[in-house]
Amino acid sequence: MATERPHLAVIGAGPAGLAASLAAAAHGVRVTLIDSAAGAGGQFYRRPPAGLGARRPEALHHRWRTWRRLGDALAARVEAGTIRHLADHHVWCVEPVERAELVVHALLGPLQEEPVTVRADAVLLATGGYEKVLPFPGWTLPGVVTAGGAQAMLKGGLVVPGQRAVVAGTGPLLLPVATGLAAAGVEVAALVESADPKAFLRRPVALAAHPAKVAEGVRYGARLLRHHVKVLPRHTVVAAHGEQRLDAVTVAALDTHGRVGPGTERRIACDTLAVGHGMLAHIDLAESLGCRIDGLNVAVDEEQRTDVPGVWAAGETTGIGGAALSLAEGHIAGRSAAARLTGTRPDPHTWARAARSRRRAREFFAALDTVYAPPAHWTDQVTDETVVCRCEEVTAGAVRKAVDELGAGDVRTVKLLTRAGMGWCQGRMCEPAVAGLAGCEQTPARRLLARPVPLGVLARAGDPEDD
Amino acid sequence: MNPLELVGAEPGPAFTVTLDGREITALPGQTVAAALWAAGVTSWRATRGAGRPRGVFCGIGVCFDCLVTVNDRPNQRACLVPVRAGDTIRTQEGTGHGD
Ligand SMILES: Cc1cc2nc3c(=O)[nH]c(=O)nc-3n(C[C@H](O)[C@H](O)[C@H](O)COP(=O)(O)OP(=O)(O)OC[C@H]3O[C@@H](n4cnc5c(N)ncnc54)[C@H](O)[C@@H]3O)c2cc1C
Ligand code: FES
Repeated sequence: MATERPHLAVIGAGPAGLAASLAAAAHGVRVTLIDSAAGAGGQFYRRPPAGLGARRPEALHHRWRTWRRLGDALAARVEAGTIRHLADHHVWCVEPVERAELVVHALLGPLQEEPVTVRADAVLLATGGYEKVLPFPGWTLPGVVTAGGAQAMLKGGLVVPGQRAVVAGTGPLLLPVATGLAAAGVEVAALVESADPKAFLRRPVALAAHPAKVAEGVRYGARLLRHHVKVLPRHTVVAAHGEQRLDAVTVAALDTHGRVGPGTERRIACDTLAVGHGMLAHIDLAESLGCRIDGLNVAVDEEQRTDVPGVWAAGETTGIGGAALSLAEGHIAGRSAAARLTGTRPDPHTWARAARSRRRAREFFAALDTVYAPPAHWTDQVTDETVVCRCEEVTAGAVRKAVDELGAGDVRTVKLLTRAGMGWCQGRMCEPAVAGLAGCEQTPARRLLARPVPLGVLARAGDPEDD
Repeated sequence: MNPLELVGAEPGPAFTVTLDGREITALPGQTVAAALWAAGVTSWRATRGAGRPRGVFCGIGVCFDCLVTVNDRPNQRACLVPVRAGDTIRTQEGTGHGD
């Protein structure tokens, strides 16, 4: 009987959480798939809601066939009752309770006021990540958005913020963002990449081992050409200009040391700047469960288990690596969790294919990581007046003063002295910048709650009557 | 080509909402932020300190830059909240609590 099967709660319905849920459900486990979004798919397979009546959503996607397969399989499992999909559920905490059970605490809907709890025998964290943006003068102007944010608004809402855009920063995400905006009718004036993607050519082994990735790169190149997008490698945006909204950016060339070359600045008129400097993992839930964190990612073993019993993790929460890696890790995590929950011995031979894709994708991303990087001396461009903490409006000058005059040596002390990182976003947006300005490594923030929680809900969560 | 044409969208019937009293047309399924972008609006908040304009930044509910007052409830994330017919949307000043 379905209700007697062991119960796995999967948090996050992106590629990792979907693959995990399907694998676990196919191997004797009852799954509750929980996600804050209205539909499944995560960042990669974000789709317009039904009300917009998109007949060809695939025009904004690649690898749409994979989504069709995942989406259809999810629908079939939901219909059969082996997966329960809780959309619009924002998880703020996972708590271990007695008898090897875990309780997932969530808030319902966009207002996030009504509490919901889910009890499970095990939890699989597949919460993905968010974009990192380093500050520069003018980066808080309306019209400046994260590259992924522009993509999310386009894929999910079928809207663009302006008519003429510059796409800038570093990393492979800039390519689909630039080509997506161009296809949607935005004039993309330039793609400004601080790295030199040609450096990849000096890694022939990585290239030869990943022909599909090379073909993907070539396809993006062709699309950029077709849309007349000028690519400026080894360039960076040094400032965004405008009064009430963005009207231009200044870009400049970088020398071999990652410094802005004097006299290379030029101004490009635009009403949109889509900018990103890589990705960071959502690790709050794992941190509050006490899972070991490796750098800024959740640490997992070969089976995608964390070091906390009953807690698995997969996808970008364990390290940034793109949708294909998330799918492979999700599959392995789901298989391992199912085996362990049903009391069978996990047999890695039965998921050898996924393990191979995981190894290859990790290799490829490690190679990408050696190429894509923000300019080494990005802090040179950050004037003292530049707002660093967008929520609390703390300037770079205040952060520097805390470091130089008050002796702050880490992000936490800067936060106490300046309030940088104490606002609504809980430091997610400014932590990399504060660490850079303070000259220290970014370390896990140890946020107690993954979401702001109404006080009444917090008070009741401690009450055993409630769950 | 605009995004709606690109995906061959046949949206449900449009409806109106107001932004600071001005009528704006929105489509079913859109978030408040998407409806405002479609109307050419990119800022709907003035920061608590310097009173600077803000709108969407992360687009996925993480940064809280897009806070807006919808039907007298301040601090709603415009990038998450679905727009509904008749919504009264207001630029949020500071905390949105009139201080
Ligand atoms: C804004 C954005 C846009 C992107 N666009 C692209 C793109 O166009 N092309 C591309 O190749 N890559 C894109 N990426 C990279 C993307 O992260 C990966 O391609 C891929 O989606 C990672 O899969 P995942 O399953 O690990 O995580 P995700 O796809 O990020 O899925 C994680 C899911 O967990 C949910 N979640 C997180 N925390 C909670 C919580 N506390 N409670 C409830 N639910 C939660 C999220 O809503 C999300 O649906 C984008 C990334 C971002 C941040
Ligand atoms: S734009 Fe970041 S939370 Fe809405």
